[in-house]
Amino acid sequence: MTAVAEARPDTAPPPRPKQNTLSARTRWVRRAPLLPALIFTVVVTQVPFLVTLAVSSLKWNVLTPGDKSFLGLGNYENFAGLHNYVTVFTDKRLRNAVLNTILLTTSVVLISLALGLMLAVLLDRKFPGRGLARTLLIAPFLVMPVAAALVWKHVLYNPTYGLFDGVLNWIWQLFGADQGPVVDWVSSMPMPAVIAALVWQWTPFMMLILLAGLQAQPTDILEAAKVDGADGFKTFRFITMPHMRQYLELSGLLGSIYILQTFDAVYSITQGGPGTATTNLPYEIYLTMFRKYEYGEAAAAGVITVVGTIIVATFALRVFSSLFREEHTK
Amino acid sequence: MTAVTSEPTVTTPGPAKISRRERRKIKAAEDIAQKGGPVWTAIAWFFTLLFFAPVAWMVLTSFHSEADAATNPPTPFAGVTFSNYSDLFDRNVMPFLINSATASVVSTLLVLVLAIPAAYALSIKPVEKWTDVMFFFLSTKFLPAIGALLPIYLIVKRVGMLDNIYTLVILYTAMNLPIAIWMMQSFLAEVPKEILEAAEVDGASLIRVLRSIVLPMTSPGIAATSLICFIFSWNEFMFAVNLTATVSSTAPVFLVGFITSEGLFLAKLCAAATLVSLPVLIAGFAAQDKLVRGLSLGAVK
Repeated sequence: MTAVAEARPDTAPPPRPKQNTLSARTRWVRRAPLLPALIFTVVVTQVPFLVTLAVSSLKWNVLTPGDKSFLGLGNYENFAGLHNYVTVFTDKRLRNAVLNTILLTTSVVLISLALGLMLAVLLDRKFPGRGLARTLLIAPFLVMPVAAALVWKHVLYNPTYGLFDGVLNWIWQLFGADQGPVVDWVSSMPMPAVIAALVWQWTPFMMLILLAGLQAQPTDILEAAKVDGADGFKTFRFITMPHMRQYLELSGLLGSIYILQTFDAVYSITQGGPGTATTNLPYEIYLTMFRKYEYGEAAAAGVITVVGTIIVATFALRVFSSLFREEHTK
Repeated sequence: MTAVTSEPTVTTPGPAKISRRERRKIKAAEDIAQKGGPVWTAIAWFFTLLFFAPVAWMVLTSFHSEADAATNPPTPFAGVTFSNYSDLFDRNVMPFLINSATASVVSTLLVLVLAIPAAYALSIKPVEKWTDVMFFFLSTKFLPAIGALLPIYLIVKRVGMLDNIYTLVILYTAMNLPIAIWMMQSFLAEVPKEILEAAEVDGASLIRVLRSIVLPMTSPGIAATSLICFIFSWNEFMFAVNLTATVSSTAPVFLVGFITSEGLFLAKLCAAATLVSLPVLIAGFAAQDKLVRGLSLGAVK
């Protein structure tokens, strides 16, 4: 968010000697087409975060409203300093949500990166129907996340008529058993159930970026390796992997930023349960806001989510700027 | 990746030991020439179908009766019916679809109106510190929306715009603007600079330059950008579920409300899930070649 300060165009130019007014005007003419987008973005995306920051320092529960008005948006009890942050870090529920967020994000990112890389390597070769295979593989990412989550929960995971247990049952019956094992996936392994559904959605995302990376490999280097007698494995290990590093970083970091914000899947598959087993930060913030009405705490948890994301985003921005520089120095 | 170490391409039996080494060499060469054998093809198709199976099952089940959808073991070849879809329309899915379409289409248009001039300013007439501006836009995309939900909720409530589709339009515009600016900037970078500079020298106005040069030369890019923005707005759930109630709820909110009020509902759920996903599946397949550029915000071509 420091970028705001750096990016802000110079404030209105003070009256200057005549020879400079032209250049000042040209500068404004050049900036003009940019300003609507810039102003819109600052107002809609930055202002709310400042408000969140302010609210995070207030003792504000809708059920016990105080008499102090916060910018006319509602009444709070009193100023609480950093008390909400203390609550967030000491309250078991919120601490649990932080841990779940880390677990959920890292598992989904790492597993879908690994699967995505495997699929990208498979699809990098020519084989019959490759175009169709690529199209079909994108589908999981395009299915509406809420729809995907509900389908996984009810149509795949359901213990009595879900596809997973149905297939197990079918295989067992194929071998002469009366009845296959009945696994209640969501209740017995809630976190893996959410992770699996998300991995399924995000693997195509990783695959697409990694495949583009594989296909951007300079062919002359690959040919040189071939001429030098490097086998497939060596080529992959020593030429492809170093080249792929920035693509792996890019897809991993972008994926982390998005998956950190997972709300749809938790809301639809487990409602954060059983208990708080799958409650991540976005869902916990939602509960704190609309079930407990603790605005101050919700805002503090929101600020912590933002800070966590900024840490990941800093690395992401670094990768972006190296790709960007490469692009513009070509 | 073991898959890269050579799989025998030819499956004829009994190769001599010497020739195996030889053949491996040939195979390595073939790997680099980007060809795969039948084993390769089989593995690739196995995983593709594994990933596609839930989508296929969802679509298939949507055409089954509720009784056939809930059998165990599953019955993929049960009779086909369209009643689940007609039920959906009886249950008034239309207003939700219209709301989704309004929010996505209007916000996408708004994004284009804001992003195209911005990207033009950033790539053709370099603004001072223009990379900072680009990265500022990018950084807003990285901020988690949940952190802004509370103030947005309070402000929207204060100005009386709860349950108003234009609230979603504004939020989706902000959500997609960075993507569009980065994508459009990357498409504009491909337009020969001389053409744009020539127009500039001729003293053409901004609107004219945009209309007669930028729009025609980047129309594939604009199409791809619109499709990506459409996809993200159509699928958005968190703001939709928290900021709308009855009048302006969108398709994902319909889905969530739909399941709570049903008894035996697998087939109907699948029909609803398929129906609401269809526009994005179509848009995504249409934008396939540019999808990666959109997902990586223009960083990967």
